[in-house]
Amino acid sequence: MRISTRKLLDRSFSSVGVISIALMGLILLVILVPIFRKGIGALVFEATVEHRRLILDNFDHGDDLELAAEIKSAREARQPVYEMVQAFESRQQAKIDSLRPDLETLAERDDSMGRLVARRLKRLGPDEDFLEQVETIQQLVPRLREYGDGDDAPKEIAAISSGITRITSQTLAFAELKEVLYDLLGPAPGEPMPQLTRKQYGQTRWEKARETIDHLFFIERWDYSGPGMGTLVREPRVEQFRETEIEPLFAYVEGHAEAMLQPRWTLYWGFLTDKPLDSHIFGGIYPELIGTIYLTLGAILFAVPIGIIAAIYFTEYAKAGRLISFLRACVSTLAGVPSIVFGMFGLAFFLNVWQLPKGVLAGSLTLALLILPVIIRASEEAIRSVPHTYREAALSLGAGRWRTIVTVILPAALPGILTGIVISMGRAAGETAPIIFTAAASVAAPLSLNPLQAWDQPTAALSWNIYNLCTEHEAADEIRHVQFGMVAVLITVVLALNLFAIILRARIAKKLKG
Amino acid sequence: MNATPTPLDFRPFGESTPRPGNPVKSIHVDPKGAQDSVYVRATDFSIFYGRAEAVCKVNIDIYAGLVTAIIGPSGCGKSTFLRSINRMNDLIPSCKTSGQLLFDGVDVYDRRLDVTVLRKKAGMVFQKPNPFPKSIFDNIAYGPRLHGVKSQAQLAEIVEQSLLQAALWDEVKDRLSANALGLSGGQQQRLCIARALAVNPDILLMDEPTSALDPNATSRIEELISELRGKYTIIIVTHNMQQAARVSDYTAFLYEGALIEYGETRQIFTNPTRKHTEDYITGRFG
Repeated sequence: MRISTRKLLDRSFSSVGVISIALMGLILLVILVPIFRKGIGALVFEATVEHRRLILDNFDHGDDLELAAEIKSAREARQPVYEMVQAFESRQQAKIDSLRPDLETLAERDDSMGRLVARRLKRLGPDEDFLEQVETIQQLVPRLREYGDGDDAPKEIAAISSGITRITSQTLAFAELKEVLYDLLGPAPGEPMPQLTRKQYGQTRWEKARETIDHLFFIERWDYSGPGMGTLVREPRVEQFRETEIEPLFAYVEGHAEAMLQPRWTLYWGFLTDKPLDSHIFGGIYPELIGTIYLTLGAILFAVPIGIIAAIYFTEYAKAGRLISFLRACVSTLAGVPSIVFGMFGLAFFLNVWQLPKGVLAGSLTLALLILPVIIRASEEAIRSVPHTYREAALSLGAGRWRTIVTVILPAALPGILTGIVISMGRAAGETAPIIFTAAASVAAPLSLNPLQAWDQPTAALSWNIYNLCTEHEAADEIRHVQFGMVAVLITVVLALNLFAIILRARIAKKLKG
Repeated sequence: MNATPTPLDFRPFGESTPRPGNPVKSIHVDPKGAQDSVYVRATDFSIFYGRAEAVCKVNIDIYAGLVTAIIGPSGCGKSTFLRSINRMNDLIPSCKTSGQLLFDGVDVYDRRLDVTVLRKKAGMVFQKPNPFPKSIFDNIAYGPRLHGVKSQAQLAEIVEQSLLQAALWDEVKDRLSANALGLSGGQQQRLCIARALAVNPDILLMDEPTSALDPNATSRIEELISELRGKYTIIIVTHNMQQAARVSDYTAFLYEGALIEYGETRQIFTNPTRKHTEDYITGRFG
């Protein structure tokens, strides 16, 4: 081969290598960057005053005096909105009241219509909720029309039903507007506090608040009249309220949204240390985090001693033979068994045969089984790669086999063994299937930091709850930031574990090399 | 040997006479007068790897306090023989022996023998320096710790004495906690000798101890062997015939597993009785 050809080949080989590494890095970036970008949104975001109120009420973080001042100024900014709503309501109420005399005349009639109207009349009045009154009279309309078609219908019927229709058409739009406003601002002052936490507060995140404001300004509907697929039509909501008290509301909200919600960039550490509220719509992921740590460390605790002892047996004690090759094959096969099978085994054995409670211990044991083959394999390789001369030196000084292993071989094999442990830690932290039946709960109190109290408790775990929140949550769309936050935290936990072990391994290797 | 000790009559570490060495063996031996203090005696001793006979029917007396060199071409069984003295061949499952090998009057292949005690009495130095990946101090202290020395002061004393004996103390006394793998090859080998000396052995088995070293380091080791002569019984396997001539009192020539000739070094190298020996030392083959 000519030297120039060889150089060319060398260069092309190295460039292929560089390209493939760059490609791998790029793929990693493509996967990781969006996850982290979205996940970081759970920790760092523009929080509204509602968020600060929420965490002060529920977790007692924050400065209550400062917050009181904020709430006061937000209230002041919101006041005009409530006043406009109030004014609109009272005018509509007046319209309903103006129908009353006609309805009362109708109620005096001694037939089915009269009795119906009389019953309905009892539910009308200034003490009743405005929207409920509208609903009450609205239900009269079809009956009135039907009745009006009859021969002996009184003349006022037509006037009544057209009056009702006039009121209701605008009121339905008003009800929708009120709902959007509720989403944005939470219960109005003086309104009763609802039970569900999610109903107690307005939008806690500014980007969500902006979406809600958009809903307030535009009605979105799909128009299928044209050919082919439907098109999204955005109609300004203000059109429904032309020349009413509501009309200036839109311009006001546009100008005062920030004053009403007071968004501010916030680093919400509580995402890691708070328990979730109202099935993860608010609050943090502390139970998941602590559960994952418990399960991972538990799995390592069980798998590492057994794995290393098994590896020592395979490398140092076992004599080559059929049984040993069979055992080795078993270990390799175990490494390839799907994780759900381990989960089923855990259910069948640890829960049903051993009668362990569904909880951290059963989950850890199942995960330990899952990672055992990896640890055995890595430790075996590490022990095998310890130079034979170390063994000879120790033996020649009068060390027994066990002493040689403990004092010379294991310390020298430690970096390799650590690698196996790290890989399996990442695996244990991320596995979902083995813990579904043995440990995981969607909603669970955070585990106690005392293992003696925690071992028999079912727990939330990052892997399981990511799946659960994405697929089975009633408002999966609303809590994307929590889902991505969990994924980012899981990846960070695994990366941090890896980093820790890489540093540890490098330090040990450096110590061994001198 | 005058007394006939039982096979397990090895003194545990610390009870034997304080270093250097056992006084009986530390005398400056006149080679001729040493005939009655045989330290290792092989009688019709054979070693097999599976079916292959690596060493066959060797009869040899190795004398206490002297340096005995074993020479011979590659594959002649000299390392195998050396390793059979402290039973390092046990590591090879297919290795079997026949005949008798007495070590200080004790049958090495007696089933009741505690092999760790045997190995404590027979220090070994290997072809390639093989310090543990630990500190210099821990390397030397490994053996004593193994045999139950716990006091730090006593360990420090043993480490210093061993390093002094191995002529390494001055070079490493300031960095005892440094990793032993940071030493040069020659220093590492002397460290291994110090490590072997630290358990207070009676005999040093050296398996081509200088074959991986440069000439300078080699001559340091050879000087060391001369210094240790008299204090320890030394058996050295070597490829290098000049080395055997320089350091040993007795030389054994092994060829294809058989002991061809054994005698005082001067006689072997000046006036060999067997043609084979002469051919080998004059470089006709090997």
